[in-house]
Amino acid sequence: MQRDRIEAPSQATLAVLDLAEGARAHHLWHLLAWQDIRRLYRRSVLGPFWLTVSMGALVGALGSLYGMLFEVESADYVPFLALGFIVWTLISGVITDGCKAFITAEGIIKHVGLPLSIHVYRLLWRHLIILFHNAAVFVVVAAVFAVWPGWTGLLALPGLLLLCLNGIWAGLLLGIVSARFRDVPPIVTSVVRICFFVTPIIWMPELLPARTLVLDANPFFHLVEVVRAPLLGQMPGPASWIAVLVMTAAGWLVTFAFFRRYRRRIAYWV
Amino acid sequence: MVSLRIEAVTVDFPVYSAGARSLKKRLLHRGTGGRIVHGAANRMRVRALEDVSLAMKRGDRIGLVGSNGAGKTTLLRVLAGAYEPTQGRIERRGRTASLLNVSLGIDSEATGYENIMTRGLLLGLRPDQVRVRVDEIAAFTELGEYLAMPVHTYSAGMRLRLAFAVCTSFDPEILLMDEWLGIGDRAFVEKAKHRLEQFVERAGILVLASQNTSLLQRICSRGVLLDEGRVTCFGSIDEVLRMYRETA
Repeated sequence: MQRDRIEAPSQATLAVLDLAEGARAHHLWHLLAWQDIRRLYRRSVLGPFWLTVSMGALVGALGSLYGMLFEVESADYVPFLALGFIVWTLISGVITDGCKAFITAEGIIKHVGLPLSIHVYRLLWRHLIILFHNAAVFVVVAAVFAVWPGWTGLLALPGLLLLCLNGIWAGLLLGIVSARFRDVPPIVTSVVRICFFVTPIIWMPELLPARTLVLDANPFFHLVEVVRAPLLGQMPGPASWIAVLVMTAAGWLVTFAFFRRYRRRIAYWV
Repeated sequence: MVSLRIEAVTVDFPVYSAGARSLKKRLLHRGTGGRIVHGAANRMRVRALEDVSLAMKRGDRIGLVGSNGAGKTTLLRVLAGAYEPTQGRIERRGRTASLLNVSLGIDSEATGYENIMTRGLLLGLRPDQVRVRVDEIAAFTELGEYLAMPVHTYSAGMRLRLAFAVCTSFDPEILLMDEWLGIGDRAFVEKAKHRLEQFVERAGILVLASQNTSLLQRICSRGVLLDEGRVTCFGSIDEVLRMYRETA
């Protein structure tokens, strides 16, 4: 018996420490996220506001065309479309980039013993910065069509928070799996693309003949809904809140188990 | 109290051929019930370090020598905390800075000043701690107005100056360096050596991997000779270098 030896901390403790210390290094992931954004727009006149401009153009073009195709009032359709797009950009961005979270950070991971969660926070923060730029489009749309959500609109904040919590586990999980299996990123990219068309973003759920499984079984519908509905002045259905809460809990359970088990292997996989 | 200790450390690298890394192979393997066992379970391992134990205390200047592929970089990565060893333990006490890769965190579109900040934060500093040192770092690099230019305009040697200056500026207690002097010009190498000597006088721990025996002889007190992942000699730098010359 060697009693003088200090017990090494368990893998679960190390995983929790990684998540907590990663969050504490917010200066670092804030800086890296901005660096990612600036890298895309350096030397351009508008810089990151190109995000706003292109989102605005997209909403303007699709809003007028699809509004006619679906024969819905612009005042209902355009705000719905703008919000749907903005939230979807966050969700799909976190998922597709989540696959590359660790792969693209190879240089850092192999150089310094920083918490690995930093790379996921960086990625989420990057997409939140994009979200805030895109949000300007909704402000304009809301002004034009006189949309005022009232107090209900504040519910979008817990909605966004839940989205972020889901984003962290999704980025972590996809990042780990993709570091090991390099076929996962292209698979995820194509699945996300399909989900975009299946989820009511450019089409309104009211257009469906009846409320079907297409909506209720689609996790992305609920994720979009908890942010979109409040900002349109509507209460998201209880089904959406429950679905998102369950997703958050289940996702974290699975991801934590993965992270606990494979955290120390990631540096060898990237 | 500054110390750096590793005990019976073994590091195995999984080598996934493009095939084994893909999901297809995994699924096919399941589907065909082991007919392509060789292709799918092609889990080769490279043992990069085997049963390495080292204890370093304040004031130790360790030169790491060995032929290419002997495990020097892997050992430095283990010491830096980047790789958690497959077996064995590591215990590190003290602020650690590593200079294993000159382009760590470098955004080549960003200016030298911006990259000083990025690198500083990556080494674990807070923004205010970097800010108070920017002038000193800038002076040490002697890059002058270049620091306001994007780093893609820099030569390899200039990048090294930047990386070295940041890495050594914040008073680290443990300094890990890998084959970095090759690209510096003579004036900078002299300056860097001088700075390393100062660091050593402050009784930190320095681990330096290099093929440059005269540099090692000048700076290091002890040496570690690695051969195929094993420590074949851990003693005074002269003894280690002599053994290295004999075996190489």
